[in-house]
Amino acid sequence: MNAEQQDPASGAAAEPSTLFDKIWRRHLVTEPEPGIPATLYIDLHLLHEVTSPQAFSEIERRGLEVRCPGRAVATMDHSTPTLPGVGRSGLRVLDPRGADQLDRLETNCERHGIPLFALDDERQGIVHVIGPELGLTQPGMTIVCGDSHTSTHGAFGALAFGIGSSEVTHVLATQCLLQKRPRTLEVHVEGSLQKGATAKDLILAIIGRLGIDGGTGHVIEYTGQAIRELDMEGRMTVCNMSIEAGARAGLVEPDETTFAYLEGRPYAPQAWQEALASWRELSTDPGAIFDRRIVLDASTIEPMITWGTNPGMSMPVSGTIPSAATVDPQSLPTMEKAWTYMAVQPGEALLGRAIDVVFIGSCTNSRLSDLEAAAQVMQGRQVASGVEMLVVPGSQAVRREAEALGLHEVFLAAGAQWREAGCSMCLAMNGDRLAPGQLAVSTTNRNFEGRQGPGGRTILASPLTAAASAVAGHVADPRELL
Amino acid sequence: MAPRFQSLSSCMVPLLIDDVDTDQIIPAEYLKIIGREGLAEGLFAEWRRDPECVLHRDVFRDAQVLLAGDNFGCGSSREHAPWALLDYGFRAVLSPCFADIFRINALRNGLLAVAIDRPLHRQLADIVEADPCAEITIDLKSSTLTLPDGTGVDFEVDPFARRCLLEGIDQLGYLLRQAEQIADYESRHPPWTDSRQPKVLSS
Ligand code: SF4
Repeated sequence: MNAEQQDPASGAAAEPSTLFDKIWRRHLVTEPEPGIPATLYIDLHLLHEVTSPQAFSEIERRGLEVRCPGRAVATMDHSTPTLPGVGRSGLRVLDPRGADQLDRLETNCERHGIPLFALDDERQGIVHVIGPELGLTQPGMTIVCGDSHTSTHGAFGALAFGIGSSEVTHVLATQCLLQKRPRTLEVHVEGSLQKGATAKDLILAIIGRLGIDGGTGHVIEYTGQAIRELDMEGRMTVCNMSIEAGARAGLVEPDETTFAYLEGRPYAPQAWQEALASWRELSTDPGAIFDRRIVLDASTIEPMITWGTNPGMSMPVSGTIPSAATVDPQSLPTMEKAWTYMAVQPGEALLGRAIDVVFIGSCTNSRLSDLEAAAQVMQGRQVASGVEMLVVPGSQAVRREAEALGLHEVFLAAGAQWREAGCSMCLAMNGDRLAPGQLAVSTTNRNFEGRQGPGGRTILASPLTAAASAVAGHVADPRELL
Repeated sequence: MAPRFQSLSSCMVPLLIDDVDTDQIIPAEYLKIIGREGLAEGLFAEWRRDPECVLHRDVFRDAQVLLAGDNFGCGSSREHAPWALLDYGFRAVLSPCFADIFRINALRNGLLAVAIDRPLHRQLADIVEADPCAEITIDLKSSTLTLPDGTGVDFEVDPFARRCLLEGIDQLGYLLRQAEQIADYESRHPPWTDSRQPKVLSS
């Protein structure tokens, strides 16, 4: 019997445990007591320029040290420009306040000995893209970042969640967090995804089913055939959007797909065999009980789009917007606000709706396979006139790999823009943004009011659907082009 | 200084929209700061462009309580959201349920996020509608919310957050005092990887 299967208190054989339970227990510095949260040890702390400056200031104000610089990594992504050459040319940012944040991050990391992947570093990119691709993200870890999409890293069977800046201070100073034990939710996806339906469509369908607060207070574990069949990038897309269902973390049990992805990455463990042996123990035991469980059938999932102002307001690309009659009267004010903001009518379809912008990027869909999917659709085709298309790789490494495959040539030949790595138009704080009233199909994760620019309107979709829409000039079903 | 909360009496600003995300509470444009001051300007910045916005109503000028809809504070983990609400003058938010990260961030900063049941939420909405000046009292020590007619209703907040706010306990100080247990944990769990020492880049 190994340590994972023993109850730490009694030494007796324990109840079957979930993957979450195993990671949670292994990281308890102190057990939770009634009225007192647990002290949870954090293995990896990711930092970026927007949510860290206040935390570093607090460290300095109190005269504290960063406890484990070797468990932290920082990158620049949110407020960085993506116009070709701008970032690396030393111009840094078009906005002096954004530049201040980058300077501050540089000073803070230097002072505290934390590795920083700045704009001129070939490892730079969106924090949730570079952690996995560098091999920093590993199974069984606890991972935090001052960013809600930290849930992405759960694709590796790590317990990864977003925190606020106060908690960033706690982790910098103590490498620990005070945490209440969350509940567990199993999202079991049977069957296989059909042609044209991707990980993005799957997670949009899951959020549609759970509702955008359906996962609140829970950690999700995604199980079932459709999840096992996803590659690591697909699993990251799914876990990334766990937070859009309210769950701070989403997990996938690590398997051979996970290990094959990690092997040989720059920060993969030197003691590979030893690490592998311990990772193989990370699974939910047969008979383990989740607090809640839902089941979906992947084979019925179509390409999905959102029609409203949160990721739960979604439908199949060929579907119709819910009408007033089908809406719970209590949520009517919220729905009316969404219809008005999006300038849509209840009951109508969006297929064929003219669009202004297509954005391929963000920590949800900016990895190599996402760009390959978009390029597959764009190959030999043109972006429709009147549509602006941005393709923004998630990291400099993705950019290099895509260029080695010639993907950038496909995009450029089609009339799209090929940008430097960063968050770009996923959030409006780096110069890339929608103009008021513009309608975009985006591969991002949030269609909140103004998220991509004040007054801008967002339809969330997969890279396939976004690319098909760019070619058509209106919301389009990608299956017709595959 | 650790934030404290004892009690307050105030009228309530009704913002009865569900799923208000932190991008609405404080748009990304206002996150380009390295401190945490002056965020009131960005609070609900887009919604406040509308002269009809409820926050512009004179009666609510000194309001300290926000009566919010379901799932308040969903989306981004930006702690700027509670900072902005506090900077604007709010001390408490009442909602049937909060998004996890927002609730944690709010309580850490002394913004009392109180989840209340739906019937009470509806009752409070009715009270504001009938009389926008109606005041309620929120007392953390007794964990009671007193309605304008004097009725007291119990509420619950996370017991540890409650204790910290009442006694002014500094949570970072609390963690720092566990240094010995943390060091002991670390000696038993050496890391596989040091972020300062990568192998050669794969590309
Ligand atoms: S890509 Fe978008 S969602 Fe992801 S970290 Fe950047 S801003 Fe956040």
